[in-house]
Amino acid sequence: MKAVKSQPWNHPKFWPWAAQILVLGLIGLLVAYCGSNLVANFQQKQLSFGFDFLQSQAGFNIGETPIPYQPTDTYAQALGVGIVNSLRIMALGLVLATLMGTGIGIARLSSNWLVRQLGTVYVELFRNLPLLIQLMFWYFAVFLSAPPFEQRIRLLGDLSLSQRGLLLPNFLPRVSLLSWIICIGIGVAIARWVFRTLRRRQLEGEPASPWFMATITVIFWGCIAWVLTKEFPWNLELPAVRNNNITGGLLLTPEYSAILFGLTFYTAAFIAEIVRGGILSVPKGQWEAARSLGLQPNLTLRLVILPQALRVIVPPLTSQYLNLAKNSSLAIAVGYPDLYSVSSTTFNQTGRAVEVILLLMATYLAISLTISLVMNLYNRRIQIIER
Amino acid sequence: MESWQTRFKTAFSPSSRQKYWIWARQNLLSTWSNVLLTLVSLGIIATTLTALGTWIFTQAQWEVVTVNLRLIFVGRYPVEQIWRLWLVLMLLVTVPALSWGVMQGWGRRESAWGIGGGAGLVGAITLSNQGLEPTAWLCCITGIALGSGYLGAWSQQQPWGKPLKTWLPLLWFLTFFVMLWLISGGLGLTTVSTTFWNGLLLTLLVAVVSIVLSFPLGVFLALGRQSQLPVIRVVSTGYIELIRGLPLIGILFMAQVMLPLLLPPQITVDQLVRAIAGLSLFSAAYLAETVRGGLQSIPNGQWEASRALGLSTPLTLSLIVLPQALRTVVPAIVGQFISLFKDTALLSIVGLVELTGIARSITSQAEYLGRYAEVYLVLGLIYWLFCYGMSVASRRLELPSGS
Repeated sequence: MKAVKSQPWNHPKFWPWAAQILVLGLIGLLVAYCGSNLVANFQQKQLSFGFDFLQSQAGFNIGETPIPYQPTDTYAQALGVGIVNSLRIMALGLVLATLMGTGIGIARLSSNWLVRQLGTVYVELFRNLPLLIQLMFWYFAVFLSAPPFEQRIRLLGDLSLSQRGLLLPNFLPRVSLLSWIICIGIGVAIARWVFRTLRRRQLEGEPASPWFMATITVIFWGCIAWVLTKEFPWNLELPAVRNNNITGGLLLTPEYSAILFGLTFYTAAFIAEIVRGGILSVPKGQWEAARSLGLQPNLTLRLVILPQALRVIVPPLTSQYLNLAKNSSLAIAVGYPDLYSVSSTTFNQTGRAVEVILLLMATYLAISLTISLVMNLYNRRIQIIER
Repeated sequence: MESWQTRFKTAFSPSSRQKYWIWARQNLLSTWSNVLLTLVSLGIIATTLTALGTWIFTQAQWEVVTVNLRLIFVGRYPVEQIWRLWLVLMLLVTVPALSWGVMQGWGRRESAWGIGGGAGLVGAITLSNQGLEPTAWLCCITGIALGSGYLGAWSQQQPWGKPLKTWLPLLWFLTFFVMLWLISGGLGLTTVSTTFWNGLLLTLLVAVVSIVLSFPLGVFLALGRQSQLPVIRVVSTGYIELIRGLPLIGILFMAQVMLPLLLPPQITVDQLVRAIAGLSLFSAAYLAETVRGGLQSIPNGQWEASRALGLSTPLTLSLIVLPQALRTVVPAIVGQFISLFKDTALLSIVGLVELTGIARSITSQAEYLGRYAEVYLVLGLIYWLFCYGMSVASRRLELPSGS
């Protein structure tokens, strides 16, 4: 028998290592090629790299400034305004889309045929239209085509829709908010303890009503807060209109309203499908078993169905939240000064492509990571704990 | 088969009226809260329909759409060359019809859909006063499409039908290049610059090219993320997570601004190519995650069995794992294509005049200022028809289990 000479490429580790080195080499070549071109282009156009432009005067106007800003302020301040504006949209959009999506998802499972059909029509309509078209429709065809303020469409009292935007009541925190937070915090802490003790007693077979007692505890501490401060922590401020001047209330600009409505309606259609799928994923036997144990329908939903459905719902819901956060960058199409829009203006004025893109990437990645971190922590809490 | 008179009679006979009543009682009026819900729903439907109907038939001025219809579909493509686009449309309808006939057969339902679609388009074109030529083209195309559907179904009963089924992908591939040639010109046809490719034409073209380009990249990234080799896994995961953390508009902006900076100054890249590059790179990351789902659904036994048969890793992947994995995720891939199709609307922000971009230029025409609702409604209808059509088709498509 002839001895087979061992070749290096017959070694089982050879090809895996060769492939990895090849990939690394190719990436290195690509980076080197692009890097050298970048340097050459920078030299040719006499550009320089650095973030000191952030300290120079921005000089452009921003329509909505939740934090103080004037055109004489720096680019850094302008970008800060953009970030706050983006966060403003994302936060409210997430809450509203979740509420609306859950409602529509449940409506699609309703025992009422008509409600089910309405839910289906909503989902198929809003899911299959580009978000940009929806945004432009809301902005141009709804909010900009609204009548001027003098002929505003009254919704309820002084709440109205006009070219100036949506006029809504405002919730203003009072000074006593801090005392309220402290009191309610103590109440919740004690209620937790009460709940756990009573629940243990209940499980041991003694009569006890943990939910009731816990609620009573929180309400009791709420009363203490009321006695101490003699006012509610929030002031519901209704807008008042005199001679076409608005005082008080919350005026959502057409731009903000358009992007808020667009994002909410679009994302809600996707969330509705996720919620529906999640609830459907719980086997029918669970409903029947809960009923045969004598659980009431609302208890069945809260204690049996929801915990199991949430496990299916949360991972895709996270990716919808991320989509909403990223899609808020479409605000530029309706002229809402969010982070992308301000960055774009900054790029046009300074020509600092690389720096602006790096800042933009870093901010959006940070926001995305924060959302997925929070949602993953929540996801870990609700997942099944296997023994 | 009962005649429609008897059907009508049975539908309204006392016994079936009772049946409807029972159905309504069970589905609409079972409890008091249900009655309330039904009333509220009826209220919503009635208000929406009356408002929409009144607006469509009395207030809306559709002239802005009918005058600009050509602009919406093909943009500023030279009028004397438009016959080429009609041929493209013919291919675009014929080849899918033929494939559907081959794969699924061609029955009454398909014919009804074809005739319905054709008649709908002809009706819309006639209503909007576009002259005789488009009507003639559309009738002709509908006829040919129906014929090719029947031909496809018929071919499967012939001995030469089987190879046709195998070679369908090649046919699609060739058709794509023929269409590209028809649109861009060259080789005997007048060349049309990419700046004149606008409207729906550009939207479809960008969507198709991007998905075709992103597909192999997405599959490679998915395989890379599942790989045992640390370097490849880290690189793929890093790319996927980086892209998925960024908004598409940022990536398109990067492709428009950064790509010229990363290439030597003497190379200039067409704006359209830059846009397609951005979209493909973006879509590949999402597609990779979809494909990864399919890869994870393949049981380990498949790997072990093929290793026991002596297949190497590349062979196992291409012959055993990928075919199974891709088939399970076909619906998800169609979903990805739908979202890519919707995302092409963003190209209007970086300066391409596709469907949304053309809408912006139409609404800024001096004589049609403020006619936003009409334009966006028609635009929405076009997008919606494509997206909904794709999602319905993907639900209906039953893939052969053996291929």
